[in-house]
Amino acid sequence: MSEQKSANHDEHFSHHVRRYLYVFYALLFGTLITVGASFIPFGSREINIAVALFIASGKAFLVAGYFMHLISERKMIYGILGFTVFFFVGLMGLTLWSMADFPVHTVTH
Amino acid sequence: MEIPYTSEIRRDTGLYNAKVGIWLFLASEVMLFGALFSSYILLRVGAVEWPYGWLNVPLGTANTLVLITSSITTVMAWASLKMGNFGRFKIYHAITICCAITFLGIKSYEYHDKFIHYQVNLKDGRIVDGHMEENGKDEIVILGRYAKDLHDVIDLHERHFEKPQPIKIERSEIASMDNYGPWHNTYTAIYFTLTGLHALHVIGGAVVITYLWLFGASMWKTDPERFTNRVEVSGLFWHFVDLVWIFLFPVLYLL
Repeated sequence: MSEQKSANHDEHFSHHVRRYLYVFYALLFGTLITVGASFIPFGSREINIAVALFIASGKAFLVAGYFMHLISERKMIYGILGFTVFFFVGLMGLTLWSMADFPVHTVTH
Repeated sequence: MEIPYTSEIRRDTGLYNAKVGIWLFLASEVMLFGALFSSYILLRVGAVEWPYGWLNVPLGTANTLVLITSSITTVMAWASLKMGNFGRFKIYHAITICCAITFLGIKSYEYHDKFIHYQVNLKDGRIVDGHMEENGKDEIVILGRYAKDLHDVIDLHERHFEKPQPIKIERSEIASMDNYGPWHNTYTAIYFTLTGLHALHVIGGAVVITYLWLFGASMWKTDPERFTNRVEVSGLFWHFVDLVWIFLFPVLYLL
């Protein structure tokens, strides 16, 4: 009975290990795509930025979802992250909102 | 007195305490880096011209691949412990530590490259841009090029790669010069701040992982479940460090 349980346990983690490897390959591929896409002129720099951030978000989802196991976590963790997302989005929202009051043409050199 | 819930699950949270702790810490880290990213956006949007092509993309790409590799070895180390294979854990974490050292080595090389890179403004209005070869009392030698104007120094989009030439400059010809350290402009300031803070996290994570790999590993014999949890918690921090770099790389190197 105990041996059966141990075998199931190992089988369960072997399945996880295979999944980690697929995620790893996807991350490597995503990195190469990010670099390649940055050299493609999509028409404006804004579009290039959007494409790069979209790919980076996909990679971040893979790391957070699978390596950090967020895809199947406890409610408590989702609760903590819910607050974090709320404040992070608020911070970025305030940043964008403040653009109208921003002193343009800051000297960079 | 024994510390409660180091390996057993709390009924109210459904987790062991360290896991709740690390996620609360990571939440605060998200806000820390979020604030710096927000500063980056404000600086970039407000700038007349934002530097392009100042960083070495192949090195940045290599560092990204190194961190991704360290992420998989970290999670594999934890999975090995879950399967009771301590030997595999040692191998995977040895690779993680090597990756951390490689990452920091490449980053140090990049920093050094910026500190020996100079923009020299001459009194006749010309600009020399390149690496300091000799810093003499009466003259300096820059291995670089004459820039057409300031735009030619800042935006390297259109510039074709030309072989740098040694340029001798009398000190009396120099109006001003400084290297590409954090003080050079807002771009280098935010670059060093973001990557410097990230590098400190890499160092912190590597120290903890090395401790667990060396001295802390003895806990595997006395309390394997607690040790596995420690490895999981350090791994969560390490993945977060990787996650931050996933955004830093395109934002600083490619865009």
